[in-house]
Amino acid sequence: MSNNKDNKNSYLQMFRQMVRIRAFEEQANQLYLSAKMPGLTHMYVGQEAVAVGICEALTPNDKITSTHRGHGHCVAKGADFKQMFCELLGKQEGYCRGKGGSMHIADQANGNLGANAIVGGSAGIATGAALTAKRMGKKEVSVCFFGDGALGQGLLYETMNMAALWKLPVIYACENNLYGEYTKVEEMAAGDLMARAKGFGIESFEVDGQDVLAVNNLTQELVERARKGDGPFFILLNTYRYHGHHVGDINREYYRSKEEEQLWREERDPITNFSQLLVDKKISTSEELKSIELQIEKDAEEAVNYALNAAWPDASEVNMHVFASN
Amino acid sequence: MREITFGAAVNEAMAEEMRLDESIIILGEDVAEAGTPFKVLSGLVEEFGTERVIDTPISEPGFTGIAVGAAMTGLRPIVDLMFGDFLFLIMDQLCNQAAKTHYMSGGKLSVPMVLRTNMGATRRSAAQHSQSLQALVAHIPGLKVAMPSSAYEAKGLMKTAIRDNNPVVIFEDKLMYNDKAEVPEEEYLINFGEANILRPGTDITLIATSSMVQQAEMAANTLADQNISAEVIDPRTISPLDETTLINSVKKTSHAIVIDEGHQNYGITAEIAARISEKAFYYLDAPVQRLGAMDVPVPFSPVLEDLTVPTAQQIHERVVMVLEGKI
Ligand SMILES: Cc1ncc(C[n+]2csc(CCOP(=O)(O)OP(=O)(O)O)c2C)c(N)n1
Ligand SMILES: [Mg+2]
Repeated sequence: MSNNKDNKNSYLQMFRQMVRIRAFEEQANQLYLSAKMPGLTHMYVGQEAVAVGICEALTPNDKITSTHRGHGHCVAKGADFKQMFCELLGKQEGYCRGKGGSMHIADQANGNLGANAIVGGSAGIATGAALTAKRMGKKEVSVCFFGDGALGQGLLYETMNMAALWKLPVIYACENNLYGEYTKVEEMAAGDLMARAKGFGIESFEVDGQDVLAVNNLTQELVERARKGDGPFFILLNTYRYHGHHVGDINREYYRSKEEEQLWREERDPITNFSQLLVDKKISTSEELKSIELQIEKDAEEAVNYALNAAWPDASEVNMHVFASN
Repeated sequence: MREITFGAAVNEAMAEEMRLDESIIILGEDVAEAGTPFKVLSGLVEEFGTERVIDTPISEPGFTGIAVGAAMTGLRPIVDLMFGDFLFLIMDQLCNQAAKTHYMSGGKLSVPMVLRTNMGATRRSAAQHSQSLQALVAHIPGLKVAMPSSAYEAKGLMKTAIRDNNPVVIFEDKLMYNDKAEVPEEEYLINFGEANILRPGTDITLIATSSMVQQAEMAANTLADQNISAEVIDPRTISPLDETTLINSVKKTSHAIVIDEGHQNYGITAEIAARISEKAFYYLDAPVQRLGAMDVPVPFSPVLEDLTVPTAQQIHERVVMVLEGKI
């Protein structure tokens, strides 16, 4: 167990990272609304405790794979605002030189193998990264983030089976935000969500995805065990997305009620509740937290302005990177 | 005549056929209440109910396979594949199962299903939501492939597809859903394998599919200002392909450019150009030209993405080069 000072630092770090995700998404949404962002994007707001609770239990060498709703994972794994906004705007300085955009953002240096526009599409990649770690004797783990909707994809079950057979250090993190696009999870997934991985003999856990400490404690324990060869693991994280499926999904009442949205926002918000805990336990003060928030909002705004003024890729880039050089 | 959107034309075709034939069902993600992300199927679940307009989990190979089995045993499923890029997920069910069943069973079994999906870049959706993969399926014997270029074609081809006793794949250009065109109130069908000459001409033949038809027409307009007469032909289905109409046109004009939004390498443009070379070689005054999407994954950045797709201006320039003997 870490001492109090370490605890304070790690708690504040988790708070900061959740606020960073929210500030990032707020700016991204504004970019869309003001027609400054090409295409659509999927907001992670509401789910911050999942990405942060998990990624704060990882080292930069540990790998993650992410989803179409991937900004939160990217920020939580240590990415920089400027390069992220540049990517969202298709600018040369973006993490992928503007070639990937929101749905393919990757941050190799921090172990983020990339968002993915194919639902469930990264199950193989995360499991393959775990195979590398095992084969090369590295003590790294990989985390595969995916939504409840990906439970419909056969690939997930094929890879879980192999991960279990080969005892790979991979954690399957299923973010159940109750909907896949405009359909409720119970209309898409039959039976018990927890029973799926268990069927392969994979130890499975369910956790409140709005409680960053609960997520972090569980993940720390599983990561430690996975490093020792006890993996794979499955975690079901119950959470909620506040925005629409994507930024253009404004009228949502035909598939979910305003009351439901309000309940999650007002009573289960991961940032509000964690702030309260930090103040109650005298780990921080509301003034300190407020000033952290303001600083982060300022950082996000600056990064957006930087990205808006950044250069487009040169036309010659279009043919570049089709093949890796030998 | 009344004008309706491309999306409404698709919807109307499906509704009309569903009223006539109880065995038609729709399977796909968010096809019912949501009416698909492009809202093309809005209203169908209200009329036909959730027994016939069926929301599936995000399980593309699974529901495509179920459609194949249902089609073999008496239903006529329409599979809704949200993005053409997801064809890669269902290739086994579509190409190994659906396409080959009739042949492998010596004609005893058949698979009357329609797979409607989309194509087309420049929506800033990056490499996994922007591909035009028609060549991939047109390559497989046993699959028919339609590429409607306007609301009129969208309706007529969809109705024919639904009545066809074979697996038919329809590629809709997702940027075209709100485009309007004249569509008669009276029922009509468009036969597969019948190209449409949109604009007769004498100097050069422009053969264009789907999204590229508009570009070819725009080019033909600007070329006309320079007294160049381009004939624009839309094959409407690439499998079967109306070779006769294309070859006859090239015999008349002695010049041809083929334009399609799929990748140029091993693509639709390659196939059509090869057929012209085989059947009209001695009539040609210049090599047949091809314009396809650049052979790179579709980049996200708008400044790069716009470079990858053929445009009216590129067609215009290429025509001038061909006619001036600069190829
Ligand atoms: C294979 C595949 N099928 C369909 C889609 C279209 N699509 C994008 S996101 C999505 C819903 C995913 O739901 P879930 O996994 O729960 O993630 P969430 O959006 O809730 O975060 C769908 C159907 C896709 N991108 N990939
Ligand atoms: Mg979900």
